[in-house]
Amino acid sequence: MTISLREQWLGNIRGDLLAGLVVALALIPEAIAFSIIAGVDPKVGLYASFSISVIIAIAGGRPGMISAATGAMALLMVTLVKDHGLQYLLAATVLTGVFQIIAGLFKLGNLMRFVSRSVVTGFVNALAILIFLAQLPELTNVTWHVYAMTAAGLAIIYGFPYLPVVGKAVPSPLVCIVVLTGVAMALGLDIRNVGDMGELPDSLPIFLLPDVPLTLETLQIIAPYSLTLAVVGLLESMMTASIVDDLTDTTSDKSRECVGQGLANIGTGFIGGMAGCAMIGQSVINVKSGGRGRLSTFMAGIFLLIMVVFLGPWVSQIPMAALVAVMIMVSIGTFSWDSLRKLREHPPSSSVVMLVTVVVTVSTHDLAKGVFAGVLLSAVFFANKVGRLMQVKSQVQDDGQTRVYTVTGQVFFSSADRFVDSFDFKEAVRQVRIDVSRAHFWDITAVSALDKVVLKFRREGAQVEVMGLNEASKTMVDRFGLHDKDGAELPLGH
Amino acid sequence: MKNVMACVDAQGNPAAVCDGAIWAAKALGASLTFLHVLDRHPEKAPQSDFSGQIGLGAQEGLLSELAELDARRSVLAQEQGRQILEGMRQRATADGVSEVQIRQRHGELVESVVDLEAEVTLTVMGRHDHATVAGRHLDHHVERVIRSTAKPVLSIPGQTFETPRSFALAFDGSDTARRMLGQVGQSVWLKALACTLVFVGSLDAAMQAELDAATAQLRTQGFTVGIAVLEGSVERVLPQHLSAQGLGMLVMGAYGHSRIRQLIVGSSTTALLRTSSVPVLVLR
Repeated sequence: MTISLREQWLGNIRGDLLAGLVVALALIPEAIAFSIIAGVDPKVGLYASFSISVIIAIAGGRPGMISAATGAMALLMVTLVKDHGLQYLLAATVLTGVFQIIAGLFKLGNLMRFVSRSVVTGFVNALAILIFLAQLPELTNVTWHVYAMTAAGLAIIYGFPYLPVVGKAVPSPLVCIVVLTGVAMALGLDIRNVGDMGELPDSLPIFLLPDVPLTLETLQIIAPYSLTLAVVGLLESMMTASIVDDLTDTTSDKSRECVGQGLANIGTGFIGGMAGCAMIGQSVINVKSGGRGRLSTFMAGIFLLIMVVFLGPWVSQIPMAALVAVMIMVSIGTFSWDSLRKLREHPPSSSVVMLVTVVVTVSTHDLAKGVFAGVLLSAVFFANKVGRLMQVKSQVQDDGQTRVYTVTGQVFFSSADRFVDSFDFKEAVRQVRIDVSRAHFWDITAVSALDKVVLKFRREGAQVEVMGLNEASKTMVDRFGLHDKDGAELPLGH
Repeated sequence: MKNVMACVDAQGNPAAVCDGAIWAAKALGASLTFLHVLDRHPEKAPQSDFSGQIGLGAQEGLLSELAELDARRSVLAQEQGRQILEGMRQRATADGVSEVQIRQRHGELVESVVDLEAEVTLTVMGRHDHATVAGRHLDHHVERVIRSTAKPVLSIPGQTFETPRSFALAFDGSDTARRMLGQVGQSVWLKALACTLVFVGSLDAAMQAELDAATAQLRTQGFTVGIAVLEGSVERVLPQHLSAQGLGMLVMGAYGHSRIRQLIVGSSTTALLRTSSVPVLVLR
């Protein structure tokens, strides 16, 4: 179902405005928290969240999805910032955008079809775990006040919505932040607050060229980071887009989203923001709050900037414990609990793929590696499964002088060995007929396996006749198209 | 087999559309299809919760909640539509239409009309117009359907349908008008109605010749034809003339100009659809 551009902007004005406000309130603590993960001033993440949401609202392909500074991306920047400083991060952000636009123009979003459901679930869970782990530094070597504040924060976040009337009208993360800030200021608690973490925005963002030498050396430093950032950013964006697709029962333009993410990152790099992408947790909050259109994403960015710039002195007083509580909520809300419950119901191979994705991601802090491992493993499992769809039957003809083998199913690298083993070379017959007309030979491995079988029979002194090889090896052509052949049928159809 | 398709729903003037469609189907000797389109609005949020909080299984929970909500609304809308359609089928059958079908489709009205276009001779639609500060506001549906479909559309205003005994043919000498004339000439069912060729504007010799030729052409095809020449703006004087002369239907060609030009100067097709108080048959 297509929704016109006008409807995407103005079809849901009231819902989008309110949802934008709710999202902005939740974006502020996240942007600050992710800046701290990346090792930059909070203003870098806050400017990034503003510019990414505003640009993606216009250029993106998935209305109602929230993009901003994210944890997945922040984790990838840590060493770059530590070794080379902020300016290189900004340059890498711009280059990330360029890579993403190229990916969009080449329609690489389509590659998402190789990412199975289990990998997506693994990605989401790994993301949740990483967000949670990133909070631990704020919870180690601190006084009991911080634990008490964090616990109180979580209690407010999950308890407040149960209050009648106001519960569903006021975002509980906001209540948590306001109450904890008030308590910390009133009691004069000596605990870390946002102001201690670095500079906050004191003005509207301005256009700045990243201050790096434009040399090949710079490119060599930033290109590997940019490439990983681009891949992870697009992966999370594509996954979030399909989650929003499901939630709202609408479709999105994946290629446009890739290009949009690229434009958003380029724009962000030039106003001093860090690279970002779509956010699963925030997008769920947006849909839950009634946000559906581009307006909600746009207004989330605008509200965020207004609040941060004008409430700067207050924002710096927010205790880190309040942010930690909000981030724990995001982590819990992002985690797919269904996947834990269904761990046993699902086939073991799916569960293994999911767990491997999680383990690789959490241990490398790199979602790209986790997804790569997951995709590879699911491909191997799939090849193994399809390899089992191969059967060799045999019967004797002409008073035991001739043996006819009939091969059906898929013969390729995974099933080739089993294919060879299915023939009885010990049997002494004068003639062997191998009917492969109802089999499919997918690759060179399959053909050489057949050659091997023929050769072996010849050595045993049998005359070998192979029937239907032409039909069977049609599938070997790389551009195997069913539509352009007469009497085309699906390879599995017989 | 000719087929008249009537697009109906609970809003607007379903009764008039039903009567109009029955009349058209009988006049054309066509079968009649009543179409009800279940138009969901996914761009609008059905509910909102500003707690801004996500907990255990937030995503799965939200998905099942939203799906449940959509499911309940769809079932209700489908049932309501079915009842309307069933009522109309009975009415059409009682009125002697030989073959009556009812159909329900998901999606947008315009999409559905275009999808079913191949099996349709004439599409009958009602108007969901509502008064706004700026005057009468025509629901975009009719206009968008007319733009999208290649088949004729009969737009029916008002809450009751009166069987037309005569019709006005808006003629401006343009290519569109000439093509339309050919189409009208082949429409046997319109011959039962008295025709008035209406020209709005200043009449010169060339235009007079055009009008005479058009009249002659229609007469040889068996129409009863009169001519009326009016001055003023089309969207005002034409409806006035229709009601003064008691003409029961307006026949015109659709959108002679490019979309860009319409954007700037407006389109008389849209204006007439909006102001006419009698059914308007728009030919392509």
